[in-house]
Amino acid sequence: MNIDGVNTGIVLDHITAGKSMEIYELLKLDKLNCTVAVIQHVDSTKYGKKDIIKIDEDIPLDIEVLGFLNSNITVNKVKDGKLVEKVHLKLPETLTDVIKCKNPRCITSVEQEIVQKFKLVDPEKKVYRCAYCDAEYTGGNKL
Amino acid sequence: MNEIRNLINITDLSTEEIDYLVKVADDIVENHSFYDDICNHKKLATLFFEPSTRTRLSFEAAMLELGGSVLGFSSANSSSAAKGESVSDTIRTVGCYVDIIAMRHPKEGAPVVGAQRTTVPIINAGDGGHFHPTQTLTDILTISRKKGRLNNMTIGLCGDLKFGRTVHSLIEAMMRYENVKFILISPDELNVPDYMKEKMDQAGVSWSETADLESAMPELDILYMTRVQKERFFNEADYIRLKDSYILDLDKLASAKEDLTIMHPLPRVNEISVEVDDDPRACYFFQALCGKHIRMALILFLLGIEREGFGK
Repeated sequence: MNIDGVNTGIVLDHITAGKSMEIYELLKLDKLNCTVAVIQHVDSTKYGKKDIIKIDEDIPLDIEVLGFLNSNITVNKVKDGKLVEKVHLKLPETLTDVIKCKNPRCITSVEQEIVQKFKLVDPEKKVYRCAYCDAEYTGGNKL
Repeated sequence: MNEIRNLINITDLSTEEIDYLVKVADDIVENHSFYDDICNHKKLATLFFEPSTRTRLSFEAAMLELGGSVLGFSSANSSSAAKGESVSDTIRTVGCYVDIIAMRHPKEGAPVVGAQRTTVPIINAGDGGHFHPTQTLTDILTISRKKGRLNNMTIGLCGDLKFGRTVHSLIEAMMRYENVKFILISPDELNVPDYMKEKMDQAGVSWSETADLESAMPELDILYMTRVQKERFFNEADYIRLKDSYILDLDKLASAKEDLTIMHPLPRVNEISVEVDDDPRACYFFQALCGKHIRMALILFLLGIEREGFGK
């Protein structure tokens, strides 16, 4: 299957196979007027299979959120058909207002105006803990 | 201007700082007159969003003994929290009136929020089941005064080691010192959580686990008792079967060392029989006294005050 390259825009490469729609929704790519291609289960020498998203416009990306969701991703920025920047994502040290603490005893559960903040405590196991109550983030509750 | 220091968790203090606080607390006892007016015109706010007897009175007694004054509230009902005011706003307001704040709140992490909203030091006087660092400092001072050292000892922790926040903080603080061994004495249902065991392993600390208090007794230099609560058990039969094993009485102390130090964070319900109170090894009320002295030292430290000639 052939899909045109991006002239000026962004290519999100090395997305974990099957995860592209999650990224698509999170980045609200359906709201864009430009061409967006979601390509799933592409052969990859590095990961076996991968997903790719091509966005035909240079949009601002929240690297922090993207890195948290899928730290394998490579962000390629293309201008006039040429690759101008390649960013390998990594797990962010802190997450601000990305995920929500689920501990019912946490102060953030009763005081809504408090900024949700998490700290990376174990990069290997991808463990984040709430900066207030230290509860481990166990998935779900994205903001 | 120096950076504002807070005490949210015991790990906010380095080992050197803990040792310094112990030294100041000792100096307060030995040279009390130097400290009578040292906090003159300074104000401490005790903001207790949930009731506490010991901790609040201990903070207030500490500040009064330093010549300072105290204001605050002792329950959320008697504060503007009852009108729906947020912790952030309460702390921000009170921070305009006082020099230092000690706060207790039922929600975990509330003091972190408080510390973000004010420029005066915040002391966490307990945030739910999370941290209670001044209890840990109290325990450390008690051990130091009774043993004359903080290294080379075997500490037995007995009772509810799963949910007991004082136990976890004490392990974290004491494992920094050389050759401190822990014996964890609890029923299977209330064992120390795995992440605490991992922390001890990572720090190279020696520890063992048993359900039998009497078999561990002869080895102990410190016995730290906590309460086994009925509501922690899945069924009543297990509770009834186990509850007496963790009640300390003179019979169980028969094989203990003569210089054993028996500690308890208090309040005690029935986990230490009253017959033990008169035993010279019982130190839990002495511990309460240490709580006042270490809080005096902490208030001075966070306010950046040191008596003239200290340590000379």
